Amino acid sequence: MPKGYQRPSTLVERPWHFCPGCNHGIVHRLVAEVIDEMGLQKETVGVGSVGCGVFSYEYFNFDGIGPSHGRAPAVATGVKRVLPDRLVFTYQGDGDLAAIGTTEMVHCAVRGELISIIFINNTLYGMTGGQMAPTTMMGQVTTTTPRGRGQAQGHPFRVCEMLATAEGAAYVARTAVYSPAQVVRTKKAIRRAFETQMAGLGFSLVEVLSACPTNWGMNPLEALKFVEEEMTPVFPLGELKVPEGVK
Amino acid sequence: MARVLMKGNEALGEGAVIAGCRYFFGYPITPQSEVAEYLARRLPQVDGVFLQAESEVAAINMVYGGSAAGARVMTGSSGPGLSLKQEGISFIAEAELPCVIANISRGGPGLGGIQPAQSDYFQSCKGGGHGDYRLIVLAPSSVQEMMDFALLAFDLADRYRTPVLIMSEGMLGQMMEPVQVREPVTERYEKPWATTGCINREPNIVNTLHLLPTELEDRNQHLFSKYARIAAEEKRAEMVMTEDAELVVVAYGLLSRVVKKAITEVRARGVKAGLIRPLTLWPFPDTHIQKCLDTAKLFLTIEISMGQMVEDVKLAVNGRVPVEFYGRIGVIPSPQEIERAIMAVAERGGLA
Repeated sequence: MPKGYQRPSTLVERPWHFCPGCNHGIVHRLVAEVIDEMGLQKETVGVGSVGCGVFSYEYFNFDGIGPSHGRAPAVATGVKRVLPDRLVFTYQGDGDLAAIGTTEMVHCAVRGELISIIFINNTLYGMTGGQMAPTTMMGQVTTTTPRGRGQAQGHPFRVCEMLATAEGAAYVARTAVYSPAQVVRTKKAIRRAFETQMAGLGFSLVEVLSACPTNWGMNPLEALKFVEEEMTPVFPLGELKVPEGVK
Repeated sequence: MARVLMKGNEALGEGAVIAGCRYFFGYPITPQSEVAEYLARRLPQVDGVFLQAESEVAAINMVYGGSAAGARVMTGSSGPGLSLKQEGISFIAEAELPCVIANISRGGPGLGGIQPAQSDYFQSCKGGGHGDYRLIVLAPSSVQEMMDFALLAFDLADRYRTPVLIMSEGMLGQMMEPVQVREPVTERYEKPWATTGCINREPNIVNTLHLLPTELEDRNQHLFSKYARIAAEEKRAEMVMTEDAELVVVAYGLLSRVVKKAITEVRARGVKAGLIRPLTLWPFPDTHIQKCLDTAKLFLTIEISMGQMVEDVKLAVNGRVPVEFYGRIGVIPSPQEIERAIMAVAERGGLA
């Protein structure tokens, strides 16, 4: 058994296309590690999204589907209803999930659909060049809020808090990856989400607060600090809902 | 098998079950709702899944997922609902996922009305969503065909890996006729491309993104070589008294049965009239139309629309003889009205 840092067999060996300092790579790796450890690589169907996560099927070493913008939870529903014994999850950003895909996300939770959503919240649309997302914070400058998000653009959307009210949502957690301790917590949350699904306990979602140095105009270290100091007060970390079966 | 009295929408639902469809993702809309209601009762009896989606958009994307997972899946809707599904249909066509979509259509534009109409021809046959793609489009004219075309649709969908749309006027979905119930279809197609979990194989990817220009063009070429194959092999039409017809009427769906009756009357009045009834709206049976050009002096297209299929008739006739149009919206005209319309065209054209 080789010791030290190894690539999970659930990750394809290829360079990331992500910008330097982006957190997508870390979260991809955590998902892969959990699937490795659960022994589910051959029994997983991943559903991607449109945005910076669009190429997830090129990095994961399991069956993958590229859906249209925001519709991943509906596509995952179709897969899971046909293949109820498979691990089915979506990987979506905040534009995809919390704006155009709000309906599909909410009703998946309401139905208690046995899928998991890995939700990357970096407060803006990354791939299209840093426009405002529903998760953009008050005063935050983006390319479509050049003077900062104000009252006219509404307030940031807290996905976890809303979904936690749905009876069908069994596991809901918000984590971050700005420090090694937070990375460990995020991995545990992903594992709990997948375990919730495989135990048939209900819908599960893990929101990961993520850095976007490119569109925030910061270096990677400043961006991690921004997640810790600016984002976590608006988007508090923690497990909002944990079912008995996975405690 | 038994001969039973069924509603068109129920015959379509039962046809899907007979074809081996076990998954229906739908949303209520008049006059389609009985398809969903029938399958909500029926699918659990055969260990299937009926799921009422939160929207038409979600329903078509559940079909995308269910089909990617290798199952025979179906959704149904009507005009405005089909408009909402068009994005998903574009993705499904590009990803080459077999599925069946039923449009128990109503009159538009906008919310329109729930009366019979054929005004969704363009959005069905000309690609209602973005990009270059085609659907196979079937047009039943009886409750029996609502069942039979469901079987045909699932077979064509799997054979060509393409979405198939069944387009019926709302009235056909609502009316009752005796149906010869078909035997269950046991033939199944291998789906080695399906995303079912990569046990004993490399991972499968179902995807529609092709950022490299060469790859995108290759993809389109691939789809269109498939569509050319479908066009060569699957054009279907019923020909009624066309052998010596000087006036050829083109009409489809439930309306074609009224036209058939009118043609018989017009023949009795000395006009050599015939009927071409497309069963496939795409691929459009232009070859059947061209076969009539030896005797035809005039074509008349009759539709419950302001004139949509007539454009395809004109393309097929290619200027060789005049193509006239008669249309209504929201009503199935009576045989007498159609007869008057045919006679008027015949007289203008010097054929009566």
